[in-house]
Amino acid sequence: MRLRHLIVSVLLPLAAGGCAGSQSALDPQGPNAASLAWLIGAFTIVCGIVWLLVMIVVGVALLRRRGAAEPADTPLAEDPGRERRKGAVVLAAVLATVVIVTGLTVISYLATHSLTAASGEPLVVRLRGYQWWWEVTYTSPSPDRFVTSANEIRVPVGRPVRLELSAADVIHSFWVPSLAGKQDLIPGRDNQLTFTAERPGIYRAQCAEFCGVQHARMALVVVALPPDEFAAWLDGQLRDAATPANEEEAAGREVASGKACAACHTIRGTPAAGTLGPDLTHVASRQTIAAGTLPTTRGSLAAWIADPQGVKPGNKMPMVPLSADELRAVSAYMASLK
Amino acid sequence: MTGIPHDLRDTEVDRDTVERRLAETWRTRRGFWGAIATVDHKIIGRRYIVTAFVFLLLGGVLGLLMRWQLATPEGRALGPDLYNQVFTMHGANMMFLFAVPVMEAMAVYLVPLMVGTRNIAFPRLNAFSYWIYLAGGLLLWVAFALDMGPDIGWFGYVPLSGPQYAPGKRADIWAQMITFTEIAALAVAVEIVVTVFKQRAPGMTLDRIPLFVWAMLVTSFIVMLAMPAIMVGSTSLILDRLVGTHFFNPAEGGDVLLWQHLFWFFGHPEVYIIFLPATGMISSMLPAFVRRPVFGYLALVLSMVTIGILSFGLWVHHMFTTGLPRLGESFFTASSMAIAVPAGVQIFCWIATLWDGRPVFRTPFLFILAFFFTFVLGGMTGVMVASVPLDTQVHDTYFVVAHFHYVLIGGAVFPLLGAVYYWYPKIVGRMMSERLGRWVAGLIFVGFNLAFFPMHILGLQGMPRRVYTYQADLPWGPLNMFVSLSSLMLAAGFLLFFIDAVRSARSGPPAGDNPWDSPSLEWATTSPPPPYNFARIPVVTGPSPLWENRDELPVASGLRLDRREIVITSVADAVPEARESSPRDSLWPFWAALTTSVLLIGSIFSPWAVVWGSIPVAIALIGWFWPKGTPEDEA
Repeated sequence: MRLRHLIVSVLLPLAAGGCAGSQSALDPQGPNAASLAWLIGAFTIVCGIVWLLVMIVVGVALLRRRGAAEPADTPLAEDPGRERRKGAVVLAAVLATVVIVTGLTVISYLATHSLTAASGEPLVVRLRGYQWWWEVTYTSPSPDRFVTSANEIRVPVGRPVRLELSAADVIHSFWVPSLAGKQDLIPGRDNQLTFTAERPGIYRAQCAEFCGVQHARMALVVVALPPDEFAAWLDGQLRDAATPANEEEAAGREVASGKACAACHTIRGTPAAGTLGPDLTHVASRQTIAAGTLPTTRGSLAAWIADPQGVKPGNKMPMVPLSADELRAVSAYMASLK
Repeated sequence: MTGIPHDLRDTEVDRDTVERRLAETWRTRRGFWGAIATVDHKIIGRRYIVTAFVFLLLGGVLGLLMRWQLATPEGRALGPDLYNQVFTMHGANMMFLFAVPVMEAMAVYLVPLMVGTRNIAFPRLNAFSYWIYLAGGLLLWVAFALDMGPDIGWFGYVPLSGPQYAPGKRADIWAQMITFTEIAALAVAVEIVVTVFKQRAPGMTLDRIPLFVWAMLVTSFIVMLAMPAIMVGSTSLILDRLVGTHFFNPAEGGDVLLWQHLFWFFGHPEVYIIFLPATGMISSMLPAFVRRPVFGYLALVLSMVTIGILSFGLWVHHMFTTGLPRLGESFFTASSMAIAVPAGVQIFCWIATLWDGRPVFRTPFLFILAFFFTFVLGGMTGVMVASVPLDTQVHDTYFVVAHFHYVLIGGAVFPLLGAVYYWYPKIVGRMMSERLGRWVAGLIFVGFNLAFFPMHILGLQGMPRRVYTYQADLPWGPLNMFVSLSSLMLAAGFLLFFIDAVRSARSGPPAGDNPWDSPSLEWATTSPPPPYNFARIPVVTGPSPLWENRDELPVASGLRLDRREIVITSVADAVPEARESSPRDSLWPFWAALTTSVLLIGSIFSPWAVVWGSIPVAIALIGWFWPKGTPEDEA
């Protein structure tokens, strides 16, 4: 345990965190990532020592015979006894390699085991990858308590979360380095990833498998909340979309249900019931829009709706022609969907 | 043999006449068509090497473009679409058009000289191989220039490369470029194996074969066993795209992971196809610079063979995050770690060679030292990514980018550059500049490490690969700027290298036969070698022939002068078995390559191209193999 702390404290200065939430394998915030950080540290130290030893021996070998005899006299003169002794040294080095490599294999195997030993009833969340966003579905033993959201996973602190991973189009990979290693989302296959967040916080995750033109802008955040806050938030998510509080928002709802928006997006409680794009019922309660591309503000919502191809070129949301008033109204409405 | 009137043998005349008559028999005709028709392994090898280095230059420019884009967060140098083309082109170009071909190119030039024969086996196939390789390279780069460059990554994962998600011809161009380079590589592999098995100089028993030749022999077997996997893969992909088969479509019973298995069953041995020749270069260069034979010849040979075999048992470590069964993954962790053992044997043998050597610090040796520093580090990170749990954090991040550049640049390009400095005088007849060479080695070594070491940290800090940009609030900006600036230093080193190589061809000091006082056979002839390589075939009496026979090499004679003849020897003991004719120059390989290229490129656009295109291919092949009553058909 002391060794573990030592290793983590050596690596920590490298783990600068950004304000978008931590996204670093060196800044573990849960038991899985912590044991992986430990493993990275252990491998780094062992391999670093081996590398250093090899370099020292190379250095000594170069320096010891500098200027000994002039070149080209008798390159074939060899002392058989000396060659045999060198052979023994080489053999010893090879055996040492075998031992080190075996040791590292065993540690690695044990680490794999510790990763899968999660305790407690997990929260099951379905995560489905799309070009270039994430659909998040919170499951429950009662089917009427399923909630669909996007580009953000909220989890209760201290409880294991099991992600059921699938892909709608091409291969993606879910990676939240501060909490766990990555796992691919593959069409035609079902994968799982279990992790636990130990502390409340925001942890950034990003697609790690090249998935097309906007692979770089396919991020999401994992928000870890205290269990009671999580329960309250989930109850909020179960409700239909907020009713417009003023005329502008009401006009925005008309735009969202009447224009092309409704063909792809769902806003529960309104006629909008498309399923090609992210569910927008509580879009304003999420940290970011367009899969981590912009922070959620009324301004960024307006910018995104006005010109999605300018913000995230190549993404699948077309520009829907709107008048200035319509744009203002629909962004006001979106910003109200807490 | 009987009944041929002018059976002029080299035993009947003096040396001057021998050389004059041999030059007459083996020379390449002057002029454009003579150059097209040549089957001289030295001319083809030189072409191959120069072409591969042109692709290195182009690929390097792409690398710099990527660094320009990534130097700052939210960079605007390249858009996402162009960036994706650029990184795909960089990877595909470097792997398929530079790294593998350049190693084979070096072998095409050097192996016949090192084993003491007059031409490579199947020299017309060799010519065909080059033209096919050139056509594949042109296909890729012309497509890129037309904004049709592939944008699916050099690994072309389905479904992203499949018909549904990669419309247009970009993915087809990538897949067909693979076909070209695989044909070229398979052809060379066959030639090398036969040359090494049957054309070695008399007396060059298995334990006297130069280690670079051993490395190429093992590599050639890896090529022959690994490349069919990718050809099955890329052909299935082309069929999925062109005629609607469903090999990789899960909705129709296909499997997307099948592609990854096929690709990496080739893709991992590919790394050793690049790396093993480089280790062979080191083993072959080292004696000249430490003034003693390499330590542990047998151990080095066995470790190369072991690496060759193990390389086929590692591919799953590219797939540790795909959710394969855990027991299988553990097996691949163990096998991936195990390859560190034969790699270690090689390192230890080289160090033991250094230990009693008298180092001569010339440019090739500096590159060997740069190799030690860099490759061992890359090997260490290789051990790290072999661990399944560890790999789940670093897979597809800049850590892996750093790792494989350490292994491929440190492990293969450094020895290759050393090899260019080392063999350049043999190929060109002039020395490269020692003064510039030190700058080249220094700039490339320091620039490389400054540019790539920080990528390990970026990867651990969460930066994924293949992203065209990153946001300003992520903590990766300063290191990326540092990496980009350092890449300029690396680029300056390569630029200086190209300047030195071009300049020395005109103004370098004449090299003489054996400028480094090296022990192997390629140094027993003039620099550059005559068209017939050796006036009389050398006879080998030990593993370091030019050191054992300081005054004059024993030679075998009795070959005819008036037609191209080589000595065939037995596989194990290199006992002379027969004289065999070696083919004369011919235009047919060129026509065959041209028609094959038309067929392959046409098939990107229509399946009918395979039907109609096969007619000219058939004509060219019939022309190529038509019995013409020429001497080579009589042997």
